[in-house]
Amino acid sequence: MSLVTPSGLDSPLVIDIENITKDYVMGEEIVHALRGVSLQIRSNEYLAIMGPSGSGKSTLMNMLGCLDTPSSGRYEFNGRDVSSMADDELASIRNREIGFVFQTFNLLPRADSLHNVELPLVYAGVDPETRRERAAHVLREVGLGDRLYHKPNELSGGQRQRVAIARALVNDPSIILADEPTGNLDSKTGDEIMALFENLYRRGHTIILVTHEADIANHARRTVRLRDGIIESDDDGFGGIENLPVEDPLPGDAVVYR
Amino acid sequence: MKRFLYELSESWKIAAAQMRSNKTRSTLTALGVIIGIVAVTLMGTAIGGIQVGFDKSMAIFGDDVLYVSQWPWKRVDDWWNFRDRKKIKTEYAEPINRIIDATPNSNLVIAVPTSSLLRSVKYGQSEVSNVLIRGTVSDYLITSTFDFQEGRFFNDVESRGGANVCVIGYDVADALFPSESPIEKSVLINGQPFRVVGVISRQGTFLGLFSLDSIVVMPLPAFHKYFSAKSDSDILVKVKDKTKLAEARDELTGVMRRVRGLSPEKKDDFSINEQQALKSTLDPIKNSIAIAGLFITGLSLFVGAIGIMNITFVSVKERTREIGTRKALGARRRTILLQFLIESTSLCLLGGFIGLGVAYLMCTGIGKAFPSFPIQFSLSLVIVSMAVSILTGLFSGFAPAWSASRLDPVAALRYE
Ligand SMILES: Nc1ncnc2c1ncn2[C@@H]1O[C@H](COP(=O)(O)OP(=O)(O)OP(=O)(O)O)[C@@H](O)[C@H]1O
Ligand SMILES: [Mg+2]
Repeated sequence: MSLVTPSGLDSPLVIDIENITKDYVMGEEIVHALRGVSLQIRSNEYLAIMGPSGSGKSTLMNMLGCLDTPSSGRYEFNGRDVSSMADDELASIRNREIGFVFQTFNLLPRADSLHNVELPLVYAGVDPETRRERAAHVLREVGLGDRLYHKPNELSGGQRQRVAIARALVNDPSIILADEPTGNLDSKTGDEIMALFENLYRRGHTIILVTHEADIANHARRTVRLRDGIIESDDDGFGGIENLPVEDPLPGDAVVYR
Repeated sequence: MKRFLYELSESWKIAAAQMRSNKTRSTLTALGVIIGIVAVTLMGTAIGGIQVGFDKSMAIFGDDVLYVSQWPWKRVDDWWNFRDRKKIKTEYAEPINRIIDATPNSNLVIAVPTSSLLRSVKYGQSEVSNVLIRGTVSDYLITSTFDFQEGRFFNDVESRGGANVCVIGYDVADALFPSESPIEKSVLINGQPFRVVGVISRQGTFLGLFSLDSIVVMPLPAFHKYFSAKSDSDILVKVKDKTKLAEARDELTGVMRRVRGLSPEKKDDFSINEQQALKSTLDPIKNSIAIAGLFITGLSLFVGAIGIMNITFVSVKERTREIGTRKALGARRRTILLQFLIESTSLCLLGGFIGLGVAYLMCTGIGKAFPSFPIQFSLSLVIVSMAVSILTGLFSGFAPAWSASRLDPVAALRYE
């Protein structure tokens, strides 16, 4: 059962947030989207953030992804304090350390799969040949080796999300952040995407996903529940262990997607 | 640096794709720039053409000849000071030539008197009016260069004797003698017959304005005999070394003062003109074309810039989520700024290229329709147009590009 054991305390800390808050000023009113959240995430964790609508999941996710800065509190990413970084520094962290997967895929409509996946490498200053090679390589890894030159509107929803995952992976980031990655997919396609995440996790990636659905969250090894901007429970995985699909262990890299 | 290049090429690709997918919108937006570039190009072409035509026309005045006249060849504000000057007399040529001969190392070669007025010329039933009748001496050939289509210039003997002979210009010959040779025929000027001894070959027009071939040249004594009244006289003086024009001018001024017997405290009561002075008379024409052209150019470029600014704002709005995505993937502010600047600039460049094409076609058309008007479509015009397009693009794209680069990534990603 070593596969499902949560990452040991010995693996390095990637995310360390302490008592962060996020307030939105809406005219007279102040919305407290996060009211003091503390969370530590280690390398090669597979974590789900759950909670009712409006509980602050996306807000927390944006914070973790360095898209936004907290109103107060401390955030260390790989040991660096990011809570007070300037825009362009955050951009560079997002580029190199974080892979985003969105509910709505967010692919560039006029660019083919290859170009979409290359984009983070363009911003990282990788030369065109290496870019091409690496993008094609990750696309093959997510099972889209024969869809390199398709535009998003020539792909199915599941395939689009695979392109988006390939794009998240291409810069070999420290964490993959997925906000409702299966929200726009039917359940069968959703399962395929979850199998892909499972595979990535087993190969050592750190995955954080936001979801409403319990069966999706069950794929994760650890579940954090939010309510009204605070952490209601942080389940390290042992509580939900019987729900994990351990009865069907995937043989690592040998998985074939189609 | 490398990354900057990659981002640049990425931006070009996006801009090209953007224009390709919005062809009509892009072309319509670029219309203002197109008109602006057409205006600036046509203006440049017109000014260049006038300059070239002028230089060509100027050549017949000779760049090594000084003209002694009553009036200077430029606009004067105090015309009353010139009006009362003594007229230049053709007789001055003789004393001037004597002084030149007596001066060692003179910069002047020879003085040639001319006197001109306008009259009609008749032959049989045909008549040409407003022909420039010019009396001069046989040495006129030294100061004025032209070829003969037929015949010769009048010789020294005819010149001194004041024989009733003349040399006619191409237009006069063409109008009066459409199908025969004018040589040895007699034309009537002021009711006096003059025997034609030569036809000057075609000289063309002066700036396309008036013909230089509508001319009759005759010996000065004959001219004086029949047309003495109301003629304007000049003395043409050939200069030995045209690189020393200023010295020649000073020398000639001294000579003229001696001829006129001016005491040292008196001001010159004559003007010494040269071809160069005429060039400055062209400046007001060139300036007014330039002002009109710049006005039209400026206006249409301004309208074009506003249009492009607007469409870039629309483009930023439409693609807010795309901007958010790019920022999430690591695009920095500069990257986004660059991307939209390049989009607006390539729109303007597109307009510039179309404008240049249209202007080129128009110039070729004008050149075909009016062969006499010199057309000058130069490389520098192309470069200027491209530079203007690029600047317009940067100017009009800056505000929208700036606002795009400042977008908050979270807000941009949430944008519906
Ligand atoms: N830009 C904003 N301006 C004002 N209020 C905001 C803004 N973004 C989020 N909020 C508020 O913050 C709270 C948390 O929003 P958030 O999007 O994090 O919820 P969520 O848990 O992701 O919900 P859902 O499951 O519906 O996506 C909500 O009450 C929301 O109205
Ligand atoms: Mg949400």
